[in-house]
Amino acid sequence: MAEDGKEESMATDDDSDKTAEDGANSLNSMVEEGCTLLRRMEICVAEAEKRSGKNAVNMQETFTVYLIETRPMDALNEGRNPAPDSLWRRYSEFELLRNYLIVTYPYIVVPPLPEKRAEFVWHKLSADNMDPDFVERRRVGLENFLLRVASHPVLSNDKILYHFLTEVLGYSAADSRLKALSATFRVRNPDKRFMEMKHYSDELQSHTSQLLRARARVADRLYGVYKVHGNYGRVFSEWSAIEKEMGDGLQSAGHHMDAYAASIDDILEEEEHYADQLKEYLFYAEALRAVCRKHELTQFELEMASQDLISKKQQREELATGIVRTFSFKGMTNKLFGQEAPEQREARLKLLEELIAEGEDTVKEKTVECEEHVERAWVDMQRFKEQKDKDLREALINYAVMQISMCKKGIQVWGNAKECFLKM
Amino acid sequence: MSGHAVPVDFSGHMLDLDEDEDLEVFSKNTSLADGGPMPNSPSSLVNQYRLEEEEEQPGADAKDFFITVDNPESHVTAIETFIMYRVVTKTTRSEFDSSEYEVRRRYQDFLWLRGRLEESHPTLIVHPLPEKFVMKGMVERFNDGFIETRRKALHRFLNKISEHPVLSYSQHFKVFLTAQELTSHRKQGPGFLSRMGETVRAVANSVRGLRSRPEEFSVMQEYVDHFSTKICSVDKVTQRIIKEQREYLDELRQYGPTYTQWAELEEDLAEPLKGVADCVERCSQETEEQIQQLSEVLVPALHEYVLCAETLKAVMRRRDNIQAEFEAKNEALASRKADQDALQEEVDGLAERVEVANTTLKEDWSRWQKAMRTDLRSALISTTEKNVDYYEKCLAVWESFLLSLRVEPSGQENGDGAS
Repeated sequence: MAEDGKEESMATDDDSDKTAEDGANSLNSMVEEGCTLLRRMEICVAEAEKRSGKNAVNMQETFTVYLIETRPMDALNEGRNPAPDSLWRRYSEFELLRNYLIVTYPYIVVPPLPEKRAEFVWHKLSADNMDPDFVERRRVGLENFLLRVASHPVLSNDKILYHFLTEVLGYSAADSRLKALSATFRVRNPDKRFMEMKHYSDELQSHTSQLLRARARVADRLYGVYKVHGNYGRVFSEWSAIEKEMGDGLQSAGHHMDAYAASIDDILEEEEHYADQLKEYLFYAEALRAVCRKHELTQFELEMASQDLISKKQQREELATGIVRTFSFKGMTNKLFGQEAPEQREARLKLLEELIAEGEDTVKEKTVECEEHVERAWVDMQRFKEQKDKDLREALINYAVMQISMCKKGIQVWGNAKECFLKM
Repeated sequence: MSGHAVPVDFSGHMLDLDEDEDLEVFSKNTSLADGGPMPNSPSSLVNQYRLEEEEEQPGADAKDFFITVDNPESHVTAIETFIMYRVVTKTTRSEFDSSEYEVRRRYQDFLWLRGRLEESHPTLIVHPLPEKFVMKGMVERFNDGFIETRRKALHRFLNKISEHPVLSYSQHFKVFLTAQELTSHRKQGPGFLSRMGETVRAVANSVRGLRSRPEEFSVMQEYVDHFSTKICSVDKVTQRIIKEQREYLDELRQYGPTYTQWAELEEDLAEPLKGVADCVERCSQETEEQIQQLSEVLVPALHEYVLCAETLKAVMRRRDNIQAEFEAKNEALASRKADQDALQEEVDGLAERVEVANTTLKEDWSRWQKAMRTDLRSALISTTEKNVDYYEKCLAVWESFLLSLRVEPSGQENGDGAS
């Protein structure tokens, strides 16, 4: 029972020491191979175009396609400038690729795609997927996704990825295991680090989305402040018409007010890039969570298999010794209707032995699966953490640089306005 | 300054003193007053004045009046509650028996003074008073912000009068500044009924219409009409900007904390996140100051000239009426045969009145234009300076954030390993 259970888990611990080392060795060789895709090939998402066609339910629809261009790095290094290979793909194809990667590499924190629909909009930005600004930012986001995947030590090796970039291919529907990722189940002994990581990913999602919402509202309000100043432009201009000495000063000050009002468009457009960087990690949090969920799934399957094995062994013991330790319907019927015949017992025992042997294989399998996942996932989560810290630190620095630039523009405009008023 | 402090009523005490003891009055009141240290010399008062009035008046070296309005205090009687303001005058004018005076005045007293000035000088541009009531956005008449705004405007009003080459010599002005008890003076003079008579005449004349307005006054009228609309627009735009800024500030205050909350979750990332939160917080404070400048400097200045525009319109009307009155009598003279001599005298008198009115208006008009230019220029420059200051301060905040992360302001990280 419980003691048996303990023995089982201790056994697996011993085993895990060996497999960890093996795992690490194979991981190293994967890393070495993996760095090469981006080194071998230059990738970019060059353009976006509108297309229309018939969809799955035979209705006409408009959608955007993106041009993926690749060029061999060795050609570029040699100074040649060959024409790139290219093909068009739409957003849903990127989604299929990503789902494939999630399922195939469940221990990897898979880079996220840019948002499907425009979220966290402030009033100037439209929520329309056809809006050229949105399309452009999505193009950049898709390119970013491909670059991240192609530079990932494990993912970049993938054959399907290579085909995605170079050949026109169709993709099959998502794996059913993908559905299992969203199932709810209770795990008895999850790895504490993974539970902490899952909690972290939830918090990360929550905080980044709060930040993005607040930022969008601030942007909206700042837009209002700048644009109202445009009214000064109009009024000063009209006022200057009736003044003699003040006329020139008012007129030119008015022009500066117009410039001030217009400047906010570029400022906020640039800030969208910052928002996109944060959004990437909002979506990354989801990917991180998925890896933790996968751990729970494998751990759960292991626990189920172990539990199953224990109960089968228990049944064997009861059959062998005739002592019933736990309540079971079978046990009760045996008591009520008397013991079964020796031949039947033999047959049942034999079946049980087979099942137990199978069960032990399953447990071994699941243990390995679980440990491998833990091992690889932990490596990738560390890599992810370092990447996240570096990227977000850079994003925050860029944000500060943007603010500084905005302040400098403000100083210039208001300084100019002051000069105009001084001349009045 | 609290609006509900009720001081000991020492008006009776003041009445006991002769005018010779005005100086005594002043120094005695120092101990009773709770409005801060009273300057005892004209030079220290100059410094106090300069702090309050930042713009320079033309011919400042010829200044012979230093007037302050301060220390608003609530007075409660059986019938009403009102605010009394302390008016302190220092002057070198020989017409004044003393060089220093202190009196207490209420808003009604200011209204009386202005009314008398306008009456005596119908075509001079008398600076407007702050409005009697504030229509929208005010809950109580006596909230501190309202009182302070009014106090500043009353202060400006008296100083504008004191700088006027004609109005500053008015007897009413002198009485206002010096008499301990104003009510007795207010009952003297033309009074209500005669004022009503004048209004009736004015309406009658304006109905009659003007024969021909001199070209220069037509130009003036057109300017006044346009100026009125423009200055109102600028005022409205400024109020709108304040509204937008306030909403921006509200959002900023919620934005900063999202960085702080996230920082609690992170390790290496906590430092830059907290840094950004701090920057946003400090920029919020700067935004608040920016709003304050607009509310306390630009809006009052614009508003004053919105009121001035109304004053100008009234002045133009009065000038027109004077001309209309003359024209009416002149026509009567032409048609009537009898009483020619008496009428002629009257007509001559009215003709002269027109002449005086036009001349004084022309002089005061150019004076007013200069003052308007100076005042609005000053307020607008002050605003641009504040805005430059705002952006400079915010710039410094973000630059020091980058420095704290050992980053060059251009965005490049410095050589040695950062966190």
